[in-house]
Amino acid sequence: MSERLPKPTSLWEYANPRRFMALSGFLLPFVAVGTAVALLIGLTWGFFFTPDDYRQGSTVKIIYIHVPSAMVAINAWMMMLVASLIWLIRRHHVSALAAKAAAPVGATMTLIALATGAIWGQPMWGTWWAWDPRLTSFLVLFLFYLGYMALWAAIDNDDTAAELTSVLCIVGSVFAVLSRYALAFWNQGLHQGASVLRAGAVTGDTEERVSNIFAVPLFISMAGFVGFFILLLLVRTRTEVRARRMKALQARERMS
Amino acid sequence: MALLKRDLALSVRAGGGFGLALAFFLIVVTLTPFAVGPNSATLATIAAGILWLGALLSCLLSLDRILALDFEDGSLELLATAPIPLEGVATLKAFAHWLTTGLPLTLAAPLLGVLLHLPAEGFFWLTLSLAIGTPALSVIGTFGAALTVGLKRGGLLLSLIVLPLYVPTLIFGAEVARRGTQGMPADTPLALLAGITLATVALLPFASAAAIRINLR
Repeated sequence: MSERLPKPTSLWEYANPRRFMALSGFLLPFVAVGTAVALLIGLTWGFFFTPDDYRQGSTVKIIYIHVPSAMVAINAWMMMLVASLIWLIRRHHVSALAAKAAAPVGATMTLIALATGAIWGQPMWGTWWAWDPRLTSFLVLFLFYLGYMALWAAIDNDDTAAELTSVLCIVGSVFAVLSRYALAFWNQGLHQGASVLRAGAVTGDTEERVSNIFAVPLFISMAGFVGFFILLLLVRTRTEVRARRMKALQARERMS
Repeated sequence: MALLKRDLALSVRAGGGFGLALAFFLIVVTLTPFAVGPNSATLATIAAGILWLGALLSCLLSLDRILALDFEDGSLELLATAPIPLEGVATLKAFAHWLTTGLPLTLAAPLLGVLLHLPAEGFFWLTLSLAIGTPALSVIGTFGAALTVGLKRGGLLLSLIVLPLYVPTLIFGAEVARRGTQGMPADTPLALLAGITLATVALLPFASAAAIRINLR
């Protein structure tokens, strides 16, 4: 890294592994601090400085983990889809590695959302689990993550693995959306509708919405979870890039 | 056309999935009463769902045979360089799989429905939904087989990948059979099921062919 890199002229130049490593190494501490601050403020405010809901009591505070993790779980898949498309169209290796790095994080977030949902559902609905469309589609999403990670793990050749998982990710996205609507058709749900980020939810002209007292810390902890995802994504992608580099070096060693 | 004939002959003669899927279907249906009890009212309510699930699992059983044998003896590479496009090969393979698995399962389902005390109104809807839905299972399965064809032990992985993709087909297919059995109108899920089948038949062969090309490289 001794020679200086010329100034980038396009966003795509950050797909160059060296440039990516330089930029992500520079950004990492900022993201880490920002994430820590947002999570600390959001969760502390949410847990200790908001009133109990008059019907739900203190269980309402699960929302500060449940909603952000669910949001990250879905958007991690979206990010994988975009990264897969970039890999298939523009052949940037960092993109494929980022998709690989995002999968376990997304799967864990899906599990967190399912687990906190069950813990919240037990006192509220009287059941740990119901075959509600939202719950079930999260379970299906988790299965998609499992299949995706298993395919990555099963193929030895890195480039083949990247290509095949990208194809699977694109086809899987279509089927995941399809499953979501099929499930909505299949059963009526217990889960409430979208009530956090919805037109009218912020201005307050709908009946069913998250009250402002809860909304502000919720948005902060959502920002914290997104930051947390980006942080893990950067760290894991950097690890993948380094692992790939090490493989290349070992191969070169054997050749000489 | 010659390819279709060859695939059919292979699957019938080479001790392949032809009889195996049917036998598996029969076994699933036979085991169900042992698991839930012989009460005929209970069986009648779950019959449509069990038959759909059994058909789906039997279909899954023979998926890795769609491409694996051709991959091993190198004929898949010949097919890839043949004048017929690989997308066409993928479609034909799926069609051959449906003829040897989906169609027999569809025809066998009413007979097994008798064993499970399926109500009389249900037979028509069950057969219809299986006839419309099983092509989608074959096409999706061909895609899964194309993804895992290069792997040595791809069988279990294939199931893990394909089963989530089967979710919408199963939901609508079983919904048609269930509503039909209860005498409710089943037009909407039937139309959606047909939509899924047509869309997968039209689009997924492209993804399958892409996956085969990657695996052959």
